[in-house]
Amino acid sequence: MVDRIVVGAHYGLKDWIIQRATAIYMVLFSVVFVFCLLGLPEFNFSNWVELFSKASVRFFGFLFILALCYHAWIGVRDIWMDYVKPVGVRFALHLFTFLLLAGYVGWAVRILWRL
Amino acid sequence: MSTRAVQFKIYRYDPDRDEAPYMQDIEVDLEPQDVKLLDALVRLKAKDDSLSFRRSCREGVCGSDAMNVNGTNVLACLTDVDSLQQPIVLRPLPGLPVIRDLIVDMTQFFKQYHSIKPYLINDEPAPERERLQTPEEREELNGLYECILCACCSTACPSFWWNPDKFVGPSGLLNAYRFIADTRDRAAGERLDNLEDPYRLFRCHTIMSCVHVCPKSLNPTRAIGKIKDLMVRRAI
Repeated sequence: MVDRIVVGAHYGLKDWIIQRATAIYMVLFSVVFVFCLLGLPEFNFSNWVELFSKASVRFFGFLFILALCYHAWIGVRDIWMDYVKPVGVRFALHLFTFLLLAGYVGWAVRILWRL
Repeated sequence: MSTRAVQFKIYRYDPDRDEAPYMQDIEVDLEPQDVKLLDALVRLKAKDDSLSFRRSCREGVCGSDAMNVNGTNVLACLTDVDSLQQPIVLRPLPGLPVIRDLIVDMTQFFKQYHSIKPYLINDEPAPERERLQTPEEREELNGLYECILCACCSTACPSFWWNPDKFVGPSGLLNAYRFIADTRDRAAGERLDNLEDPYRLFRCHTIMSCVHVCPKSLNPTRAIGKIKDLMVRRAI
C-alpha cells in the first residue's frame, strides 16, 4: 500500500471540550466534597460510611469517577498519539488503556455501593 | 567600541564529506560595526567559507536566517551579538532535516503552511473598487498578517517535532486564523472543517514555546485559542 498521510478524523473538538468539562466538574466536586468532609462531626469510618450512604454523594461521586476516567482516557491517548508511531502498537495501547479504565470504573462501582 | 574576539561553537555537517555532525570551536574578531549575530556570521564565513547558512534581507523581514542560538530559536539579524553568553552555540532549527551546517530542509514546514490555503477565498463578483472592511474588522488582522514564516515557532514546538507530517504547527495555525478572521474571506467554515482533527489543530497542548521565540512578538497560542473558540461556538 502507498504510505499516504491522511488526517481529518473530526473528533478533536469533542474530546477537547469533554476534557475541559470533566476538569471543571472534578474541581467543583473536589471543593464540595472537602466541605462535606469538614462538615462531619468527627472524621471516622462510621461517618464516612454514613456520608456515602446518601444517594446524592454516591451519584455525584460516581460521576466524578466517570469524569476522571474519561479525562484520563483523552490525556493518555494523546500521549500514545504523540509518541507511538506504529499503528498496531498504538491500537494495542489504546485498547489496554480503555480496558484498564473500564476496570477502574467497575471497581469504583463495587467500592461505592459496598460502603 | 574596539575590535573584540568572540567565541563560537557551531554545528557543522556536510553530508558529502562528514560521516556525522560535529561541533566546531571557532573564534572570530569582530569590528565595532559588527552589532548583530548575522554580522558575526558574515565574518565567520569570510574566515571559513565552507560554513553554510541562509541570509537575505538582514533586517528581520525575510526570515531566512532563523537558527538555534544558545538553545533558543532566533533570527541572527535581530540578535545583538554582545547580548549572548559565550561561547555562542549555533545550531540549525531543531526538528527539521539538516541540508548542511545551519541550513535546514523547510519542505515539511511549507507543506503545512500550504495545507491551510493561505490566500483569500471569495467567489463573489469583485466590487467596482476594493472589498471594504471596517476599522474593527481590519484591527482583528493585526498580530496575524506580520508572520514572516521564519519557522522559529514551529521548530520550537514539541508537538511539531513529534508530528510534523500531521500537526499544522503554530505558524500554519496563526496564518489559518489570519484568513478565518478576515471578513473578506468566504471560506471560514471550510477552513474550520479542515482543522477539526485530533492531529491538525488539537496536537497543540498550549506549551507556548512558539510565543516565547517569535521574533516578531506574535502570539500563535492566542490565534489557536480563537480557532478553538470559533469551533466551539459553531458546534454548541
